[in-house]
Amino acid sequence: MWRYIGRKSVIYMLTFVIAVTINWMIPRFMPGDPVRSMLSRASVSDPAALERMNNYYNEIFGLDTPLYEQYLSFWAGLFRGDLGVSIMLYPKPVTDVIMGAIPYTLALLLPAILLSWIVGNRFGAFAARSKILDNSILPVGYILTATPYMWLALLLAWSVGIVAGLLPASGGYSFSLRPDFSWVFISDLILHWILPFLSMFLVALGGWAIGMRNMIIYELEADYSNYLQALGAPRRLIRRYAFRNAMLPQITGLAVQLGTIIAGSLLTEIVFNYPGLGSLILDSINNNDFFLLQGIFLFVVVGVLIANFIIDIVYVLIDPRTRVQMTGGAA
Amino acid sequence: MTLRVKDLKVYYQTLRGDVHALDGVTFDLEDGEIMGLAGESGCGKSTLGKSLIRLDSRMRHVGGSIELDGKDVPIADDDAMVPLRYHEISLIPQYAMSALNPTRKIGRLVTELLRARGVRPGDIEDELKRRLELVGLSTDVLNRFPIELSGGMKQRVVMVISTLLNPSLLIADEVTSALDVSTQRSVAESLVEFRDREYVRSMVFVTHDISLVYQMADTIMVMYAGRIAEKAPVKTIIDAPRHPYTQMLISALPEVGSTSTEERLEGIPGKPPGLLNPPTGCRFKDRCPMAFDKCAEQPPLLEIEPGHWAACWKTGE
Repeated sequence: MWRYIGRKSVIYMLTFVIAVTINWMIPRFMPGDPVRSMLSRASVSDPAALERMNNYYNEIFGLDTPLYEQYLSFWAGLFRGDLGVSIMLYPKPVTDVIMGAIPYTLALLLPAILLSWIVGNRFGAFAARSKILDNSILPVGYILTATPYMWLALLLAWSVGIVAGLLPASGGYSFSLRPDFSWVFISDLILHWILPFLSMFLVALGGWAIGMRNMIIYELEADYSNYLQALGAPRRLIRRYAFRNAMLPQITGLAVQLGTIIAGSLLTEIVFNYPGLGSLILDSINNNDFFLLQGIFLFVVVGVLIANFIIDIVYVLIDPRTRVQMTGGAA
Repeated sequence: MTLRVKDLKVYYQTLRGDVHALDGVTFDLEDGEIMGLAGESGCGKSTLGKSLIRLDSRMRHVGGSIELDGKDVPIADDDAMVPLRYHEISLIPQYAMSALNPTRKIGRLVTELLRARGVRPGDIEDELKRRLELVGLSTDVLNRFPIELSGGMKQRVVMVISTLLNPSLLIADEVTSALDVSTQRSVAESLVEFRDREYVRSMVFVTHDISLVYQMADTIMVMYAGRIAEKAPVKTIIDAPRHPYTQMLISALPEVGSTSTEERLEGIPGKPPGLLNPPTGCRFKDRCPMAFDKCAEQPPLLEIEPGHWAACWKTGE
């Protein structure tokens, strides 16, 4: 078991290094000079002043050094938790900007991912082999899962938020409030959270329900189910086994889906103008703020890697077949 | 008398119509009898095996009755069959290698199954361990997952699980087909031993391997195209078969000790008829060298000598 975790950790470390490197490369080789675009906003007409300002900023951001030095100092900064200074929100450090956005994204993503997975699996298992549910509610699941996140988000924002006016359709909290720990603020936060959460939850829910339903049917046709039925085992026992075994591919599916879900959250956050990482990504791209962009991607990469690592370990714990293969039968 | 099957008809429902997989099957099985059930692929032998315990969703009971120890076996009523299953009628399936839930340790699987069938696992634990040792397994397998066992070990585990409640009737469906020859023999011997120790009262051993049946069974029943061709004690079937199909089937087997290389073994020319629209009369008549006018009528299954049944106009004379 520990050897397995050790081997996995090495693989994840390698992935991390490669991801960080690519992450560092992309913004730097993108067209456009961030310092120039920042200066052009300042409308400095004197070329000498412009030149000096240019040099000043290049020095601050470390853009005047050779590329390999930039790369090494990036790693050095990474270990100090220093991701540089944001250009867009100069002189705020990138880490602070990201830390301000992360609670919103996590509060949106974690419940949406986990609840949709749990509810979807339960529901799919329940619907499998029940003619009425199979024929009425699963088609709804197909429609939901085929719906793009942002389209459902737009639909919800328009219908519930604007036409019906039931819930706020924009922002993380009302502009009239300041973040604090009062009941008024927290309830306002929750009201703003509902629509973005729903749009992500519903789309993911349909996919999980359909996947689970198909898996359960497959498992109920499996040889071990037939054997138990021939020996007169009650439906409840057979279903319990089928559910557990059908969960295994669903757990893998969750790991695979994580990346896509984060991309989905980006669009959802933009539609609802929600102050999470997604909106931040858009802003930093628009402003050529590649330190910030780099920092956000880093957080996303780390998040996906951690989630996958956890799922890898969970998988080993619940599937004896992986456990036997990975640990050489010492389970 | 353990088992009495009368004119059993079970059809498979398909989009193109009913497949007459069992079309009027009648036979008796004595206490302590091991009956080998032989025939070509598609002759209905596995269907007969399944029909005695559980019809799957495509199978439909069309007619006939099954009686076990004087009580009716309500095969068409799935719920009414549940009390009989495992306690009275049990099955070693064709797919024994994959019959165990891969994510449960074998011991826990057995415990859960027994509890679900109203048996206290504690009462039977010693017996379970004794029987595992009888088939040459250590009791340690109870702490293992199915993936940790070899195919032959899984087969034996399933054998023990299936017979744990001492059923009256055991259906062994092609249990040796996926095993190598030496394992086949030990599985067959264990089954005979189970009968001798009265773990099972009688047994239907479905197979296409007549030489294996010859070593272990008491009687052989040969099926052809959904019907019974002949049923007789093993020696009679091998040495003095009366039905032309059985005769050709037996002559198609290699003989032990035969060194002759000049004579090629003869197969049976032709193919069995499709069972979607089975032909009238004797179903073997198109391939039968002895066929004559009367074969257009269906021959009845008659007892031509005590314990020897055959369905052919030529044997009835």
